[in-house]
Amino acid sequence: MAVSSPTQTTQLMNNVDAVRATLYDAMKNDPRTVILGEDVGARGNVFLITKDFSKEFGPQRVIDTPIAEASIVGIAVGMAMEGLRPIAEIQFADFIYPAFNQIVGEAAKTRYRSNGEYTCPLVIRTPYGGGVRGALSHSVSIEALFYHVPGLKILAPAFPADVKGLLNAAIDDPDPVLFLEHKKTYRLIKGEVPDGHYTIPIGKANVLKEGTALTVVSYGLYVHWALEAAQQLADEGISVEVIDLRSIRPMDKTAILQSVEKTRKLLIVHEDNKFGGIGAEISAMVAEEALFSLDAPIRRHCAPDVPAMGYAEPLEHEYMSSPAKIADAMRELARF
Amino acid sequence: MATTITMPQLGETVTEGTVAQWLKKPGDSVEKYEAFVEVSTDKVNAEVPSPVTGTLREVLVKEGETVATGTPIAVIDEVGAATQSNAHGTEPTQQVADAAAAPPKPSNGSTAHVPAAAAPAPARPAELDIAGLEAALRVASPAVRKLAREHRIDIRALQGSGANGRVTAQDVLTAAQMGPAAAVGQAIAVGTNFGATGAPAKPPTHAAPASGGTSTYGEPIPGTTIPLNQARRIIAQRMVESKHTAPHAWSMVEVDVTNLWKWRQREKDKFDHETGGLKLTMLPFFIRAVVESLAAFPLMNARFTDEGIYVNKEVNIGIAIGLATNLVVPVVKHADQLSIKGLAVASAQLIDKARRNKLGVDDLAGGTFTVNNNGSNGSIASAPIINGGQAGIVTMEAMVKRPVVTADDAIAIRSIMNVCLSLDHRVVDGYVASGFLADLKRRLEAMGPTGIL
Repeated sequence: MAVSSPTQTTQLMNNVDAVRATLYDAMKNDPRTVILGEDVGARGNVFLITKDFSKEFGPQRVIDTPIAEASIVGIAVGMAMEGLRPIAEIQFADFIYPAFNQIVGEAAKTRYRSNGEYTCPLVIRTPYGGGVRGALSHSVSIEALFYHVPGLKILAPAFPADVKGLLNAAIDDPDPVLFLEHKKTYRLIKGEVPDGHYTIPIGKANVLKEGTALTVVSYGLYVHWALEAAQQLADEGISVEVIDLRSIRPMDKTAILQSVEKTRKLLIVHEDNKFGGIGAEISAMVAEEALFSLDAPIRRHCAPDVPAMGYAEPLEHEYMSSPAKIADAMRELARF
Repeated sequence: MATTITMPQLGETVTEGTVAQWLKKPGDSVEKYEAFVEVSTDKVNAEVPSPVTGTLREVLVKEGETVATGTPIAVIDEVGAATQSNAHGTEPTQQVADAAAAPPKPSNGSTAHVPAAAAPAPARPAELDIAGLEAALRVASPAVRKLAREHRIDIRALQGSGANGRVTAQDVLTAAQMGPAAAVGQAIAVGTNFGATGAPAKPPTHAAPASGGTSTYGEPIPGTTIPLNQARRIIAQRMVESKHTAPHAWSMVEVDVTNLWKWRQREKDKFDHETGGLKLTMLPFFIRAVVESLAAFPLMNARFTDEGIYVNKEVNIGIAIGLATNLVVPVVKHADQLSIKGLAVASAQLIDKARRNKLGVDDLAGGTFTVNNNGSNGSIASAPIINGGQAGIVTMEAMVKRPVVTADDAIAIRSIMNVCLSLDHRVVDGYVASGFLADLKRRLEAMGPTGIL
């Protein structure tokens, strides 16, 4: 992990703590930083990420907005273009659609449209993902909808230390970044987080576990499940390499290609739907760059092509993967 | 439509074949490319793939019977052809489709019986057992193709460990470790090679599944079949390949190595001491003489290609080493640049690695000529198989003391060693080959205690 100093002390945190601590430091250290979104002020965010921020930094910098996502992002774009460092929050990723134009049509194109005269140093944070009985409007993965858009960066860290390092990098970045936080990992995943300010470079994947039989590329919650499955397979004598993308876009082509050239087999695992998903682009890239290293068809283990995960528990289980399902997909590819 | 199958010609010089075993019985269904009969010649056993999908109607030659190549041996009622001739596109009956889709059956399988008169009931290709076909067709992934090309491995000869018997990239790498085709033939002269003796090698990991009994190469049990492991398959394939592509000619000279032997006796203790325990054998002396003769006769350090005779720049000498279950031919690179001492060390290291099963791909690649120390068990003459892609191979036979009539008509007891040469007659003729052998003989006989290691 790229932290600025290896001698730093650390704190045990979950992902919510990591987001909160990073936002707090940003507010503390840079008066240009502004947080805006639904319930971020008085309520302190639905996951209590910005609890008491409003008291400390005031309603001018921690802004409760109406339920109007287009406005949240639209206002934030203007703030960013004129020199502030807004961190906009979409309460749940499921609600981001009204802001699509502001994100894709405005934020992502600002630098290009103004020939570099304006940039849009905007961070849009949003919790996403399922496994929490969130059903149709509190479970979606939205990354593929924005993946296609040049000018936009999409991050989806899975570990607290990565959350902090990448959120700092996103805040420092001069261009718009969509920062995805998997809500099931919020309190589930704990880890040591270095103290002080550090960044993790955007666009760098992390090889979490080295292996020889196949490469698994994932991000978000499924990284943890892929690791668990890889451990099961290790007990069976199958050595699986697990890569956490961390940055969805830009994609760390080098890390993926190096791994695939070693293992010759690639399994992409993500929670989002398979068709037109992140895995499609990774597959295409590997097919273009490393066809002659492949010893098996590229496999994608993703959500089925249905509109959403249902509320009923069996429907959610059917839609979501699991360590056991990922292990099966790994075994099948290893056997090929 | 009936297709008559004839005895195949298993190589340029083969004129007849023996039906070793029928793998299918009349009435059995057979897939295109599925082996249905095993044919043997004096050197080779080969499974013959069916050219069509259908039912074996009749076998015309009994097991054990030998017939000339081209003689009809079986009739297969073709299923696929019927489809094409069925202008009305009648839907196939499910029974026939099932039969056609049935996986390959063992030779005594009696299910999936398709009546011989089932001509108008075709199976559409879409209903074939694709997995079975893929196995038969040896579908190779891009990685496998690339590795096979790099290591010059014929994947058709490999036993696949992947799904449906697919040859995986790892299978190719394993085979490459057994020895790349550049050094083809790890295996020289099966059956006559006693070479440098080696400790039993660990059996390769991708052994074929046992087919009844637990017979192994190390412990053969009469009446059982020893499954072919990767090493055995590759050795077999390369032997066949070499014998079938390179017309072998053979010659032998007697060499008086009395003085050479004396020289070796004089040097061996010192060498042992200097190298910390390496044994000085006759091999490095022999290799030294061989590389000098190759320099004088570069056509012997060449290989036949369709474009012409490629004369190798490098002189890399393969050493055939017989192990308990297989044969490896590690290569002393740039042997022409090494002294006898250098050759002794290099060859000792390779032999040691071979016995410990530690040879890497690099150790086995790039040979241009091969030396086989065949005499250690007493053989005085052998006809080695050329390492594919080379022009020749020489053997060192057993050194024996014999009464010899000397130049001045006296009778003396001399140490005589026969040196045998197999040559690729496409590359050189007897004129060059015998010149080479005479040169080699002269050099070996000139070696004596006054030489420098």
